Amino acid sequence: MNAVEVTGLTVRYSGATALDGVDLHVGEGELVALIGPNGAGKSTLVKALSGLVRPAAGQVTVRGRLAQVPEGREMFGDLSVDDNLRLGGWRNGRHGRDTTEIYRLLPGLDGLRRNRAGLLSGGQQQMVAIGRALMARPDVLVVDELSLGLAPLVVTELVGHLRTLNAERGLAVLLIEQNARLALGLCRRAYVLEAGRVVLHGPAGDLARDPRVTAAYLGGDVTAEGPAR
Amino acid sequence: MSDFIGYLLTGLGIGAGYALVASGLVAIYRVTRVVNFAQGAFAVVAAMLTASLLGAGLPHGLAELAAVLTAALAGLLVGAVAIGRPGTTPGTSLIVTLGLAVFAYAVEIVIWGDQPRSFPGLPGVAVVGGARLQAHYLLILGVTVPVFVAMAAFFARTDLGKALSACASNPYAARVVGIDTRRMGLFAFALGGALGGLAGVLTTPVQQVTFDSDVTLIVNGLAAAVLGALTRPVVALAGGLLLGVAQTMIAGYGAGAYQLEVALVLMLTAMIVQAARRGAVPEMAR
Repeated sequence: MNAVEVTGLTVRYSGATALDGVDLHVGEGELVALIGPNGAGKSTLVKALSGLVRPAAGQVTVRGRLAQVPEGREMFGDLSVDDNLRLGGWRNGRHGRDTTEIYRLLPGLDGLRRNRAGLLSGGQQQMVAIGRALMARPDVLVVDELSLGLAPLVVTELVGHLRTLNAERGLAVLLIEQNARLALGLCRRAYVLEAGRVVLHGPAGDLARDPRVTAAYLGGDVTAEGPAR
Repeated sequence: MSDFIGYLLTGLGIGAGYALVASGLVAIYRVTRVVNFAQGAFAVVAAMLTASLLGAGLPHGLAELAAVLTAALAGLLVGAVAIGRPGTTPGTSLIVTLGLAVFAYAVEIVIWGDQPRSFPGLPGVAVVGGARLQAHYLLILGVTVPVFVAMAAFFARTDLGKALSACASNPYAARVVGIDTRRMGLFAFALGGALGGLAGVLTTPVQQVTFDSDVTLIVNGLAAAVLGALTRPVVALAGGLLLGVAQTMIAGYGAGAYQLEVALVLMLTAMIVQAARRGAVPEMAR
């Protein structure tokens, strides 16, 4: 049974087709990557998964709960870290807003509870964004551009957190990334989205060796120096 | 000295009315990015209704409460028309509120006529520091200050207040976490209606109200709100009180009343300074 099942998804913005018949699935507890260039429709897919845009055709089925780590982190900048996290549990009602678990999972946030989210570093904000999404107690986490604008060391730490969440709690992750090397290194399966269509999909290892992927996204052979698994 | 204290307290009382109107504007603007030009109408409707209800024999307190709740309902209705339709831009909504403010004149004249109205407030004269003033001014302050404290607590402590702040801070992120931003906008309009209504109910015993009193209120309220770039309630409170005091001092020591002129000059200055500093004015016009 799949956590996310997308069939024939088409999204149009005032005439322009952003997504054109996309088929995609994320199995329970699976790590899946979605790579593609700017303007391929990656963020539209994220919005469709979260129900923020209405598809013109096709279906999105989500089993359980889906939470989103949006591109650009989208902090509630003038609220505290703790408030940002608590708001992540908005759908769970009053009792679903206990943040203790999040500080245990992401200890880096513990000392920042009272800090204004807008004044944190990019890496800290990304951590808040992940924590805020986890507050929804998701079965699937959709992470839109995890690494964008962050230092490699920070990205490594964040990837570590995603791995742990996946391994220990069976959290399924759909990672949307421009950094194909990172995405293919972390995930087991991947899709390549170009101009609104899935042009390639398969095991991440195969895609990493596919000449079309290496030429367009990896600038050479990834297997030699991909991130350690 | 006793003159000064008298003007000060009177000015604070009048300014409290402006501050309430201003905070209503801020509450609505923060969440919806709409400048609500119907804000003054809430005060007029609540004041007129209170006069009618008192005339019909309802006791003080109950009449005022009913009027404030009606103003909240009016706020909700204005919000529903102004932002209810998905995809309405804040600029369009602003024009809608302007239209509704004029429409309110017609409704008010049909129901209450075009003559000034008032009703008695807290009777008697208070003596503070040698200054004699109507005791009602102290009641205005005695109600406004706790209302602002309660509002601050509401936004800082409650889930609903936090959600409203979240919409103000980042509407997209608010939708991502599942907050219904349009519902929050409607709530803000209802809150704005109640605050405007409270301003009308509190100040009418010392300043009689006509159907077009909303112009004075909206200009002064907007001036106070613009001081805090329409987003900072505490600055709006301070701005409202400052305006009230400045106008009363100028009227008291000077030759005549320049209420609107003082407000307009203050608003213009604040907008120029803000535009020079960080472009807050273009954002308002968007």
